[in-house]
Amino acid sequence: MTSTSLSDQRGERGERSGPGAVLPAPAAGAGRQRSRRRALHWLTAVGLQLPALVLFGVLVLLPILFALYASFFRWGGFGMPSDYTGTDNFSRLLQDPVFLGDLWRMLLLVVLSLALQLPFALAMAVLLNQKVRGRAVYRMLFFAPYVLSEAITGVLFSMIFAPDDGLADHVLGAMGLGGLGGQWFAGTSTVLATLFLVMTWKYFGFHMMLHLAGLQSIPAELTEAAIVDGANPWQRFRHVTLPLLAPTLRISVFLSVIGSIQLFDLVWVVTAGGPDHHSETMAVTLFQYGFKRYQVGYASAISVVMFAVSLVFALAYQRFVLRRDLEGATTNMRGAGA
Amino acid sequence: MSVRRKGRTLPLHVVLVAVGAVMAVPLLYALLSGFKSTDQLSRNPVGLPKPWVFANYGDILGSGSFWRLAGNSTLIAVGTTVIVVAVSAPAAFSFARFAFRGREVLFTLFTMGLMFPFAVAALPLFLLLRSMGLLDNPLGVILPQAAFGLPMTIIVLRGFFRQIPGELEEAATLDGCGPLGFFWRVLLPMARPALGTVSVLAVVTSWNNFFLPLLVFTDSTWWTIPIGVQQFQGQYSADTARVFAYLVLAMVPALAFYSVAERQLVGGLTAGATKG
Repeated sequence: MTSTSLSDQRGERGERSGPGAVLPAPAAGAGRQRSRRRALHWLTAVGLQLPALVLFGVLVLLPILFALYASFFRWGGFGMPSDYTGTDNFSRLLQDPVFLGDLWRMLLLVVLSLALQLPFALAMAVLLNQKVRGRAVYRMLFFAPYVLSEAITGVLFSMIFAPDDGLADHVLGAMGLGGLGGQWFAGTSTVLATLFLVMTWKYFGFHMMLHLAGLQSIPAELTEAAIVDGANPWQRFRHVTLPLLAPTLRISVFLSVIGSIQLFDLVWVVTAGGPDHHSETMAVTLFQYGFKRYQVGYASAISVVMFAVSLVFALAYQRFVLRRDLEGATTNMRGAGA
Repeated sequence: MSVRRKGRTLPLHVVLVAVGAVMAVPLLYALLSGFKSTDQLSRNPVGLPKPWVFANYGDILGSGSFWRLAGNSTLIAVGTTVIVVAVSAPAAFSFARFAFRGREVLFTLFTMGLMFPFAVAALPLFLLLRSMGLLDNPLGVILPQAAFGLPMTIIVLRGFFRQIPGELEEAATLDGCGPLGFFWRVLLPMARPALGTVSVLAVVTSWNNFFLPLLVFTDSTWWTIPIGVQQFQGQYSADTARVFAYLVLAMVPALAFYSVAERQLVGGLTAGATKG
């Protein structure tokens, strides 16, 4: 983002044929002319953004701001909100066992993902980063579920985990482990674990692909040097691969957490939050109140909390963890361009 | 392969085959179950179909409703992709090659869009679409999808545009090209791979979207495949084999698209993730 961005400063008003000065030479000329050119430059730059800004502003930002506004009202969703109730919706949320359960389940899914799903994805990436026969096939197979709709995946697994006559129970029964099955999505104590299994089936391949891309960007010389130094495979992984893979892993963690915060489709299709709210997520609760019970003000309060949770997490993560990885990508715009 | 190497890689293969089986079995099971009658499925859940029943797949493919869903999904995916790319490309160009006041703020605004769950905006968006008369209208899904696709598309395209050497812009300028001419005649044609990548991402995201069509389409005219699958399961819950056949047919387009566009999809996702 250095010299070329200035190239259009010499462009004449409204014309496309202005010969551009491509070097960062200061536009020599009267100050007034310079400021006019600067204005034109700004107008072109912003004009190019305009359609995106309008679309984004109207359909993303405006709704989010409106949800914030509506969360302070008791409102059924028709007309404009008028029954101002202050922070009542929020105090009600904090006493709502279902909502508090949503937060708890979100936390559980985050912990499970970070403790099991991502290490598993990393292990598979390390395996498939070697010269293994059929590795292209494995890669494709492991990633394939990612391209399926969550809704379709959900229906598929609701049938595979159907109590007693689903595939899962048949397989466990055949292995003499019939006692393990039986409940799956139908049991209050098993539903979340079963959901997590399905999420892992669907999403670990995506993280594996990220990790693979990260692994492939590690120069082979470093590993070779470690071999020469006599490092065993574990030491090579722990002291060479892992540190160099850290940026990729941090992104992976970030996406996984954001995914857990907004989980909806899968749950809605499979259990709609049941049995007895034991698989309900914030988005499901929001949907129930907003679209089924017409307590739109209360549902808006849920979306505000979701927003706040995402924001706090995103900012904190960016501040403390991601910053060095993103330097030059999003924060420091100078020098990396042209 | 020497015996020694075989011995060393054997555990590796065992692990891969086991994981591969867990990944593939649900899909194969659905495929085979679709070739059974529901009666046969309950008697013979895991074996090969005997006899092979083609009626499930045949009936679904022979009825207009499945094709209608596929057509709706296609139209919405194409519409979303065209809009999101057409709107993002100039914005990404501006972010990549212009220095102007407010750029950082704007760009941060867009990148923040990546972090926010769609559900946060769902309620007001629904009310907005209702007041605009866009419920039960494909635009009611296309426009919000395009809006929520902007951050990712802009980030990927901006990254690509920044890699184009400045000398090229100098040359174009010397040839009498203004910034817009440079964008249209030089940058966009060069960016075809990047445009392909973001298009593939947009198509897949739209194709799999469930929440938004669920909100917007109250009657079945514009239902997309994910909605159709859920409805079909509700309607034929007793006819398990038929639901399996329906599921398989519903998965085929996404898997076929993936096998054709694997490179763009994986490349785009990893680039989007690491540059976002």
